[in-house]
Amino acid sequence: MKMIKDYEMVIGLEVHVELKTKTKIFCSCSTAYGAAPNTQTCPVCMGLPGVLPVLNGKVVEYAVKAGLATNCTIAHYSKQDRKNYFYPDLPKAYQISQYDIPLCENGYITIETAEGSKRIGITRIHIEEDAGKLVHDDKHGTMIDCNRCGVPLIEIVSEPDIRSPEEANAYLEKLRAIILYTGISDCKKNEGSFRCDVNLSVRKKGQKEFGTRTEMKNINSFHYVVQAIEYEYRRQVEVIESGVKVVQETRKFDQETGKTYTMRTKENANDYRYFPDPDLPPIELTSEDILKLKSQIGELPDTKKQKFIKDFGLSAYDSDALLSDPDMARYYEEVVRHTTYYKIVANIFITDIMRMSKDEFICPIAPENMAKLATLFGEQVINSSTVKKLLKRMWETDFDPTVVVEKEGLAQINDRELLSAVADEVIKMSEKLINEYRRGKEKAFEALIGSAMAQTMGKANPIVLEEILKSKI
Amino acid sequence: MSELTQRTIYEHAEALRKREYSSLELTEAYLNQIDAKDETIGAYITVTADRARERARAFDESGGAAGDISPLSGIPCGIKDNMCTKGIKTTCASKMLGDYIPPYSSHVVEKLEQSGAIILGKLNMDEFAMGSTTENSAFKVCHNPRDTDRVPGGSSGGSAAAVAAGEAVYTLGSDTGGSIRQPAAFCGVVGMKPTYGSVSRYGLIAFASSLDQIGPITSTVLDNALVLNTIVGHDKRDATSVRRTYDDFTADIKKGVKGMKIGIPEQFFGDGISDDVKKAVLGAAEVYRTMGAELVSVSMPSIDYALSAYYVISSAEASSNLARFDGIRYGYRCDEYDNIDELYRKSRSEGFGTEVKKRIMLGTFALSSGYYDAYYKKALQVRSLVRKDFDDVFGKCDFIISPVAPTVAYKIGEKVGDSLQMYMGDAYSVPVNIAGIPALSLPCGTGEGGMPVGMQLIGPAFSESLLYRAGYAFESMGK
Repeated sequence: MKMIKDYEMVIGLEVHVELKTKTKIFCSCSTAYGAAPNTQTCPVCMGLPGVLPVLNGKVVEYAVKAGLATNCTIAHYSKQDRKNYFYPDLPKAYQISQYDIPLCENGYITIETAEGSKRIGITRIHIEEDAGKLVHDDKHGTMIDCNRCGVPLIEIVSEPDIRSPEEANAYLEKLRAIILYTGISDCKKNEGSFRCDVNLSVRKKGQKEFGTRTEMKNINSFHYVVQAIEYEYRRQVEVIESGVKVVQETRKFDQETGKTYTMRTKENANDYRYFPDPDLPPIELTSEDILKLKSQIGELPDTKKQKFIKDFGLSAYDSDALLSDPDMARYYEEVVRHTTYYKIVANIFITDIMRMSKDEFICPIAPENMAKLATLFGEQVINSSTVKKLLKRMWETDFDPTVVVEKEGLAQINDRELLSAVADEVIKMSEKLINEYRRGKEKAFEALIGSAMAQTMGKANPIVLEEILKSKI
Repeated sequence: MSELTQRTIYEHAEALRKREYSSLELTEAYLNQIDAKDETIGAYITVTADRARERARAFDESGGAAGDISPLSGIPCGIKDNMCTKGIKTTCASKMLGDYIPPYSSHVVEKLEQSGAIILGKLNMDEFAMGSTTENSAFKVCHNPRDTDRVPGGSSGGSAAAVAAGEAVYTLGSDTGGSIRQPAAFCGVVGMKPTYGSVSRYGLIAFASSLDQIGPITSTVLDNALVLNTIVGHDKRDATSVRRTYDDFTADIKKGVKGMKIGIPEQFFGDGISDDVKKAVLGAAEVYRTMGAELVSVSMPSIDYALSAYYVISSAEASSNLARFDGIRYGYRCDEYDNIDELYRKSRSEGFGTEVKKRIMLGTFALSSGYYDAYYKKALQVRSLVRKDFDDVFGKCDFIISPVAPTVAYKIGEKVGDSLQMYMGDAYSVPVNIAGIPALSLPCGTGEGGMPVGMQLIGPAFSESLLYRAGYAFESMGK
């Protein structure tokens, strides 16, 4: 795959975020997730004959907040349009959305990757209603659950500024963080409240024009977005390299195989026949309305990020990682009130806590105890493997690590004489490994460290131990 | 007591108050009239006799009309079959909704029932309110009570025929392009198309959302004002419902037209109007002059384009509004299908009638990518011009007088198959919907075959009081 290096990918993302308003966008039904099918419905969201939509003002407020938090211009005048198509999960056979005059336009967010910071443009944010869900069942066939019909959504469309899966992931993480900070959505991926469509094309590096793009719809995990991008990028390059043109189409990403498949081509695309919804008056916002909403937005991640960099000496990248979840950031701030080892705390979060708390941030360890753990490591009382072991235990049942280290004698061995004796012992027993190491095999040295560690029940200060071992061989 | 069914709301309200008869007796009289006449007229799709009797009995038992009660209390009425009635079949005169029973009532039905109205049943109409003769009903043809060989007009043909035949004291119709005013004119009764946004559309099965408006059909102007008093007002369930308070439409009704300026737009009396209609309407204008009003000649150049704009806008909106009738959740579903597309296609092909399908296709085309600008967008521009023309004209006069339709009621079947001829009949009525303003249709004489001629009084937005006042003045002259 030498030629793949000659191409670059051009990606634009469309993100659908379910807003956490109490009621639906056009009626007063609850938006709560997980209720028994069709129990959160009324004539309006079921689209029965004769009903009319009445816009929930909170939806506009939330969407404007999203726009303000992503540096968009807010429209003083916008309108809602009907997107017409037939599908059983769409009771009115049209979705009320916004076509040519969205609520928010021309924004951007800043992302951090290993390459540094980059601005990704936001083309537009508009409001629309969600559709219902089809449930397939062997006994009854296809059934329709209308609970989700009319749950408010915003669609956030990015500019085609994204050039790698890493950037796509960073964009999604950052966007999610911003949305979480504004408090307008829970962004629960497993409940489908944060879903992503990927538009991707490839072009020869240096080429100005965009290639033909494909769209991959409704991918609800960032991990799968990355996979889909990697697969689709390779596929398109291969198509072009084989002398064929990329077909503009909608493709489905299959989580099982990690591949994308044709869903429908442009020729079969719907003509949505957008037109202004005559049941809904235009949305008008004064500058005062917008300012008022702006004042309601709390501190956003980028503001906090500057503080993290300045006050705690963290890198931009680490700051973004900590700020990806407001609960985690709050917890971090709580912990560092009790210790000055900011960077160590950040590392524990990024390498261990984020993995241990999975999708949503949860940490059952008291901030004081977490701070003590970092301090113990920072002051070289315990080594990193003890940190990990203690963390695991504290996660199960929280305790004061200072007391346990003392009681169980977990402090690391810094005593040079003692470690020197251990080193001599290991060298005597490992003639073969030493020879391998001398022939240049680094792995052999790691094994030596391993057995020296084992001799000290894992308590040796690894840095001191390494230094002594190296001096003796 | 057959003459009972010839009386007005006002007279019944007085009689009920004086306990000359009970609401149940009154209701029975109208149910008898329906029994006797409706086989010939065909005004009703559904008669809810038991429910009506029950409500009348409850009204009588609760003490009947007394004190500060609504003038509609205990009085029987009929509702066009495109307004939802909880627990009562609401069909839109379509096979598509042949068995459809709504789980909720429309705003206007709630308002009427809260006022103690007795609903006798649901009235015949052109399918989904598309048509000018009620010949497009999927269930039965409706006949004009003045001459049963003739059409009653449409789409609210059943609503007008029921009042004219004494099968209801008053009825509700809906008017998208003349559907209240034209049948009122054809049947010789009074119909009001109120200002857009003054009567809630909640529960009215939409034809064209930006044009539809519910209004009363009655035998007199005063009755009409009484019904509108009850159904008008803001409703938070309709986002196009205007937030304002309304005066009692009967308050100034007897004050006459002296000193008023009445506009006569030349474009409404040009080619295509039949002599009898022209003579009757201009005669009515002369009557107004004798009552002290001033007649002024006005011009509305955009009117010639209003009809085309109307058919584009109304069909476009209808194509979207009627998309929900897909055979999935309710309504008609075809018997056999192999896949979802076939289910849609067959259900809609079999469930809708010809006129409805024609308009859905027209509207779908008008909104299609590549045609939107040429049709829909253009039509919206015409709409702005028409509004401006009316604004200009109302700078020169208080209201306009014009014919409702170019001819009197014609024979059943006469214009079937000639859509263009049929659509031309709406030329005088649609500009009012396009502009969203009110117009009152009332009889102003007779024409060919002794059939009634209707005139319409068109005023600026929220001028219903003025129109009723002018209508009442003319009506009083005739008595």
